[in-house]
Parts: sequence; structure tokens; C-alpha cells
Amino acid sequence: MASLASLYGAVSGIQESTGNAGDFIFLSLFTTSSGSIPSIASFLAFLGPLVGIVLGFDALNRERSLGTLNRLVSQPIYRDAVINGKFLAGTTAILVMVLGLGIVVSAVGLVTIGIPPAAEEIGRVFAFLLLTSVYMSFWLALSILFSVIWRHAATAALAGISIWIFLSFFMSMVAGTLADLIYPLEGIEGLFNQVKNYSLELSLERISPYYLYGEAASTILNPNVRSIGVITMSQVSGAISGYLPLGQSLLLVWPHLVGMVALAAVCFAVSYVCFMRQEIRA
Amino acid sequence: MAETMIRMEGLTRRYGEITAVDGLHLNIRRGEVFGLLGPNGAGKTTTVLMLLGMTQPDEGQAFIGGFDCTRQPISVKQITGYLPDQVGFYPDMTGRQNLRFVGRLNGLEGERLERSIDALLERVGMTQAADRKTSNYSRGMKQRLGIADVLMKDPQIIIMDEPTLGIDPEGMRELLALIRQLAQEDGRTVLISSHQLHQVQQICDRVGIFVKGKLIACGSIGELAQQLMSEGNYILELEAFPEDEGLYRILREAGPVDIIEQEKEMLLVHSKKDCHKEIIAQLLMNGYDLRRLRQRGGDLDEIYRKYFEKAGDSYEGSTARGKTAGAALYSVFQAAGRRFAKK
Repeated sequence: MASLASLYGAVSGIQESTGNAGDFIFLSLFTTSSGSIPSIASFLAFLGPLVGIVLGFDALNRERSLGTLNRLVSQPIYRDAVINGKFLAGTTAILVMVLGLGIVVSAVGLVTIGIPPAAEEIGRVFAFLLLTSVYMSFWLALSILFSVIWRHAATAALAGISIWIFLSFFMSMVAGTLADLIYPLEGIEGLFNQVKNYSLELSLERISPYYLYGEAASTILNPNVRSIGVITMSQVSGAISGYLPLGQSLLLVWPHLVGMVALAAVCFAVSYVCFMRQEIRA
Repeated sequence: MAETMIRMEGLTRRYGEITAVDGLHLNIRRGEVFGLLGPNGAGKTTTVLMLLGMTQPDEGQAFIGGFDCTRQPISVKQITGYLPDQVGFYPDMTGRQNLRFVGRLNGLEGERLERSIDALLERVGMTQAADRKTSNYSRGMKQRLGIADVLMKDPQIIIMDEPTLGIDPEGMRELLALIRQLAQEDGRTVLISSHQLHQVQQICDRVGIFVKGKLIACGSIGELAQQLMSEGNYILELEAFPEDEGLYRILREAGPVDIIEQEKEMLLVHSKKDCHKEIIAQLLMNGYDLRRLRQRGGDLDEIYRKYFEKAGDSYEGSTARGKTAGAALYSVFQAAGRRFAKK
């Protein structure tokens, strides 16, 4: 529903600015925002975590409180089948949902703007959707971890949501403040510290999967983005202004993708170990 | 009959300082109904969890049907059905769907699955309610569905944790009859953990009394009673008319009687030796009207209480010490207070 609202915003935004949209009009369906309605990409960055948390926060503690968990583990199945199943089911749901969303957005976009996507654009959209699924799966893994740790679903949900809010809204403030503290920008020294300050802030921000996702999504969806991070004037001089091919864009965000997969894997591994060691009591 | 189905060898489980189960040795034979009795927190549930491989024992081993419960939990769970004390079902599924899910987990499919679901629902008397959501089920209905659920995998061994909790008397009788039937007709081994003695007494071949992680007595009800009797502790419940001095004199002279106490309209005669025959003869000869005479100790309640008294001695001792320590501390405070008042 909400993605349809942002799609509407994007469509109306595009219609106004078809002149300067450039070559990749289809991709701008996902990135264009209009007025108060955010673009689909930023919308997913904000609300994707919520989907992950909702799917996972009561995964195991609900089974526990219903009393079905001990019935389940007394069946002839390995105990890890329970937690693997929870994670796989959540991931599948996320994948189906995200792909469905992508297809709906593309279809509606196709009908309204009437410009068919190029092969590269389709590739980019798919890469973006895959990235989104990985991003949401990380949040799913995190909330499953909380559902293993805490007996009450409410505690697990609140913990998940508070981490989501912190990483999405406050991480940039914290990163900025810390960077300013360590490499002050005042005075003559500030001039020399500028690069260090910026890279520290960036690397701190990249701890947050929200930032990672935002950076990666904008790189994939916008072929104009040639680099992430700091570039000096000497590096830019002599560069030919143009679009980056899909392969190069993917190469640019590869660390981001790996980072997110790793974060999800770590969360899942921790919850796996916790769950296997836990005692199942009614 | 002699084949051992459940074997525990020095099973021990500690939670920090507390030893929940302490060196448990127990053998349970095929086709036997065994009652594991003990107060709350005696370690019954922990024992059951260790049997099912849901908790690792700190020491010792347990075997079910020859399989190591810790190393081969899957083989154990294939032949063992477990009914937890708080049995839960997915509330948004019907009873039948819940059973189907469990059946699939146990490798049943298609026609066979549906047939066994129908048969089991019939057996526990839940056919009427099978297609209602389990969120509307009463406690007793859940318990019945739980039994159907346990029987879904056609287990050789059934472990029930407090199966009689919160069921009305009628449901209880049906449940106990069903358990008896499971053991006698189907030859399944049943292990019941409970603190409700009377029900267990009716159906168990043998009971084990379990206090603070230790099995303090084990055997059939008769054996346990015998064991207590041989320790020279007989209590005779007696009611006779008229209740006068002569009655007390006869009772005292009948044998090695320790004390005679009054409990409501009954007299309790504590003696070192069984002397009810002498008492009856004397009473009848002297023209007393004997209204009631019963040897205590034959029922589980009594046995249970006796064993708890024996096992509880050390516990009482420690609390008594605690009290004296507290009293000592209190007097120190009082002394300090007096000294303050003087100044």
C-alpha cells in the first residue's frame, strides 16, 4: 500500500521532469521522490527493517509461550531444524514479498510512463531487489536472535525496534560527533584533518546496515554514481563523464552486500548456538 | 516382560549450586506403568527432559530402548512420545490440523495419516471437536488432544509430565483408564511424573519417590508399605463405643503400644508391632462396640508422607539452624540498641 503511494509520487515526479531525467527513466521509478512522499528505495530502507522484525520477533518465544516448542522438539527431528526452518521461512517470505513489490512497481510504472526498460535496467532492478532482500533478512536474523534470547515477545520486539531506530536515525549523529571529537575540524589543523574526519565518519556510519543499504541501493539504481567514499580532484581530472556499466556498479557495492550477508550470518549463527544450548521447558 | 526399556545410570544434572537430579539409577521394564512421584521442584521434569535429550546430563547416562538419550536423541524420539505438563497447540489451527502436522513430522503421509488421525480422535473421544480451532479448547480437551498427539507416532514408550493436572474427576477417570489400556493392551511402557498420589496409585505398577533429586524409594505400592512397616511403625485407626478408661486400658495392654492419640472421633494407636488381632479379641470380649478399625500405611498418601518426613529431616534441621542464627543476630541488635539508649 505504502509503496503504491510512493510509486504514485514517483510517477507524478517523473512526469514533471521527463526532460532532465536522462537515459535511465525506468530506474528513476525507484529513486524519484515527490514532495512529502519518499522514493521507493528510501521507503524500503526505512520500512524494510520493520518487515524483518515483524516476521522474526516472536519466532521462537511465541512457540515457547504457547507450549508448542517442547512438543515440537520431542518429535524425531533435529533441534536445529526448528530454527533453520524459522529463518528459511522468513527469508522466503521476504524474497517473495520484495520480488512481488518489484514486479508490481515495474508493471504499474510501465503502464503509466510507457517506456519499456532496457536489459541493463532490468538487471539493476533485480540486483536492487536482491540487495533489499538481504537487508531485510539481516533484520529478520537479528529479531530471531532476540526471540531466542528473551522469553517475552514484547521485549524482543522492543529491542529490535530500538536498534532499528538507533541505527537508522541516530547513527549518523553519533558518527559525526565521534569523528569531530577525534579529528577536530577547527583551526589550521582542521584543514589537514578533513579527509581523516570524513573517512572515520563514513566507516562509523557503515556499521549501520541502514547506511550500507542506502549507499548500495543508490549506487545500483543510479548509474551516475561512480564512486563511494572520498575522491581527490586529481583522481577525477581526466575522467570521462558517463554512466557506469552494471558490472562496475555491482563491483562498487560488492563489499556492502558481503557485509550485510555477513551481519545476517553472524546474527543467525549466534541465535543458532543460543537455541541449541537452551533448555526447553514449558 | 523383563526387557528393560528405560535405563538411567547415575543421571545427574546441576543448575549452578543446586543439584536438580542427583545420581539417579532406575530401570523401567516393557509394559510397565511407572509413577515418578515427588513434590514440586523435586527434579521430575528435569529427569524427563534428560530422557528426551532436551537437556544434557552433567554426569551419567540414560538409555531408552537401547539408544543413548544424549547421543541418539532422534532414535529415542522416534519410539518415545512425550506429553508435557503444559501441552500447547497452534491456536489458529484445528485439532485435526495440529495432529496432521505432528504426523507429517513423524513421516506419516496421505491415506495412512488420515486414517490414524481419525482412529486416534475416536480413541480419545475428540471426534466432535476435531475441526474446531484449538484456541477454543478447554484444558481437558487440550489434554485429550495431547494424548492423541503423543500416540500419533505409535510410541513404545510414553512419558507424561503431570498428566492429571487441571482435569475434572470424570476426565481424570477416563484418562487413567486410557493410560492403563495403553500399557496393558498395547504393551507400551508408560512413565508418569506426578505429585497427585491417588490417581497414580490406581494405575501404577511401580512408583519411585523422588525428593530433592534423589530417588529415596522405589517399588510397588505394597513393597513400599512393607518396607515402612518393617521399620516398626504401625498405626491403627480405631473407633469404638463406649469410649472410656477401660478402652484405653485394653489398647495399652494389647501389645507394645507407644502412644494413643485422639483424632476427631478416631483413636490412633501407634505401636511397634501389628497387634490388631489382640485388640479386636479384647474389645469383643469386654463388650465394646467396634465401629471402625483400619491399619494405616497401606495407601500411597501415607507412604509418601512417611518418606517425605524421612527425607525432610535434613531440610528441617537446616531451617532450624537458620532460625537460631537469626535469633542470635536479633539479640545482638537488641544489645546494641540498649547500649545506645544508655548513652
